Amino acid sequence: MKIEEILKKLDAPLGVSGNEEPVRAAVKELFAPCCNRVTEDSLGNVFGWYGCGVKNAPLVMLEAHQDELGLMVSGVTDEGSLLFCTVGGFDPKTLPGTEVTVHCGDGKYFGVIGAKPPHLVKDAGKALAIENMSVDIGFKKEQTEKIVRIGDIITLNTGYIRLAGSAVAGRCIDDRGGLAAVVRTMELIQKYRLSCDVVAVATVQEELGLRGARTAAAQLVPDAAIAVDVCHGVSPGVSDNAFPLGKGPVVSVGPNLHPKLTRQLLDRAKEEDIEVQIDVDSGDTGTDAWEIQVAGTGVPTALLSIPLRYMHANYEVGDIRDMENTARLMAAWLLGFKGGDQLCY
Amino acid sequence: MLLKELCELFGPSGWEDEVRNFILSRIKADEIIVDSMGNIIAHKIGGGKKVMVAAHMDEVGFIVSGFTDEGFVKFKTVGGILTTVLVSKKVLLGEKRVPGVISAKAVHLQKRDEREKLIPMSELYIDIGAKDKDEAKSLLNLGDYGIFAGEYTEFGDGLVKSKALDDRVGCATVLGLMEQEYRNDMYYVFTVQEEVGLRGAIIAANRIRPDYALVIEGTTCSDVYGTKPHETVTNLGGGAVMTAMDRAAVSDRRYFEMIKNVAERENIPLQIKRTSMGGTDAGSIQRSGGGVKTAVLAVPCRYIHSPVSVMSKNDFDSVGRLSAAVLNELERSDI
Repeated sequence: MKIEEILKKLDAPLGVSGNEEPVRAAVKELFAPCCNRVTEDSLGNVFGWYGCGVKNAPLVMLEAHQDELGLMVSGVTDEGSLLFCTVGGFDPKTLPGTEVTVHCGDGKYFGVIGAKPPHLVKDAGKALAIENMSVDIGFKKEQTEKIVRIGDIITLNTGYIRLAGSAVAGRCIDDRGGLAAVVRTMELIQKYRLSCDVVAVATVQEELGLRGARTAAAQLVPDAAIAVDVCHGVSPGVSDNAFPLGKGPVVSVGPNLHPKLTRQLLDRAKEEDIEVQIDVDSGDTGTDAWEIQVAGTGVPTALLSIPLRYMHANYEVGDIRDMENTARLMAAWLLGFKGGDQLCY
Repeated sequence: MLLKELCELFGPSGWEDEVRNFILSRIKADEIIVDSMGNIIAHKIGGGKKVMVAAHMDEVGFIVSGFTDEGFVKFKTVGGILTTVLVSKKVLLGEKRVPGVISAKAVHLQKRDEREKLIPMSELYIDIGAKDKDEAKSLLNLGDYGIFAGEYTEFGDGLVKSKALDDRVGCATVLGLMEQEYRNDMYYVFTVQEEVGLRGAIIAANRIRPDYALVIEGTTCSDVYGTKPHETVTNLGGGAVMTAMDRAAVSDRRYFEMIKNVAERENIPLQIKRTSMGGTDAGSIQRSGGGVKTAVLAVPCRYIHSPVSVMSKNDFDSVGRLSAAVLNELERSDI
């Protein structure tokens, strides 16, 4: 499947942290044809197992998170609109003027996050805080209270857009772009003879603090792991710690990442003529790699990131070439990985 | 559905072509003029007073003002759009309807004081995915227009969400009125460039020199969370809105009273706009020629001038019925 087809299948279903069921179903469907079996754990992490057929082969974990940001109902106003809090780190500035869906027990309701008319805006330079916003679902208080319960999840109705060239915009390219690269890798290795077993993992609750990755890695304690996530893309006013789109995945270096594994990835990229960029992370990478590294007795971990503009806004913009190249790089490295002392200091 | 079709058309002030063509394909009159700015003036000849019924075709939008070396599109707003609703919204640009996203620095990269501030217009731009300036320029030209993307959606208790209720509700209402016959000398006008200063109405009124004008609009409604009761302006579901006075026009007092009486007699819900802010084509029409008696009937719209303005179908219906009753009344009585 073309990487964009995979991305579209993953971008469409919802998966707010802790409520990942819809996207989980899509992940299982995509894992199934390229894995020997697909399993799920108690938190909802999904595992796609691929065996190379060699006895006692080392196990490699390829992972990306399946969850996305969302909102949650926290109250009903006298006007009948919904107060809300965020699930994960939203930028409140992107919310006014946004269409949403409120997921209630008995169905889905359309709503909008409005904005005050210009003549009522007192401090024009100040951004509206979340606590001053509400979701208008078009009902009066009495009716709203019958329909909606505190704790119901609200999602943005942001659609997928194919932009110019190979750029794409979507609600949660973070981290469906990474997940697409993992699925694509599993497809690519079908034609290889590997010397390692591979488990593709779609983790839950990353946006709430890397929680699914912790329990997933604890169960697996693999011989090596590659986490795939997003990093900031270059855009006007954003140049530090940011990477241009379309110039390949970003390979992170720093204490969170295993130096030998990272070196092998960089070498393979060179041999395979895959363009990569390097990000220097002096400590916490803020990704699942941070948890995986310290699972059990420790896991040699690498981090590949897909440059993404406007992370955690309504629309995030990435480049499908970077996703494809991330998959090509992981597949190329897997082909050469045999375990043993390859990752020993 | 007529209103849905109208709302989804591309018609920022200065580039109302798609709306104009849609309306032209649907109207019949004794004489139809498209003037130098693009107003449609449809004349149905009658014996009595000259009555001008107007709605504006244009909507708030964007205009492409530049390209960065990296291929991002600089833009200006056309009409009054708060920067509050711009960030991270989908837009469509130019004749090819190139999709783009209004963008701004990721929240992680904003300093503490930046997080609390709105991003100034000068730092906003549209991301169309172009890899550089050349690719952007191959897709768009300077001066290309844009609009918010978004579908007409019905929701809640008889409500509608759309990007351009202001003033496609007026266009739909006037198209409805044109289906009826009135004995007065009727001029049905679909104006351009209302959102940039009530411009089209100036030359349309100069040409027609009407005795009376009825302007059909979408207007501010802020009966929502966080607004004090005295600042709500109008109520959604409260019926048609009539303006006594705004920054652009003062309604003729006897005309105003006549409309109130008609609404009462016909049992059509009517509310009076509770502010003197804002302005409509009535301002231009009232001051045209030797002066024109004007009135404004409007559909209350929450979140007006945003991609998600909201109206009540009942209010829209009230405006349609009341405006028809007012045109009938203008045949019978002199104000």
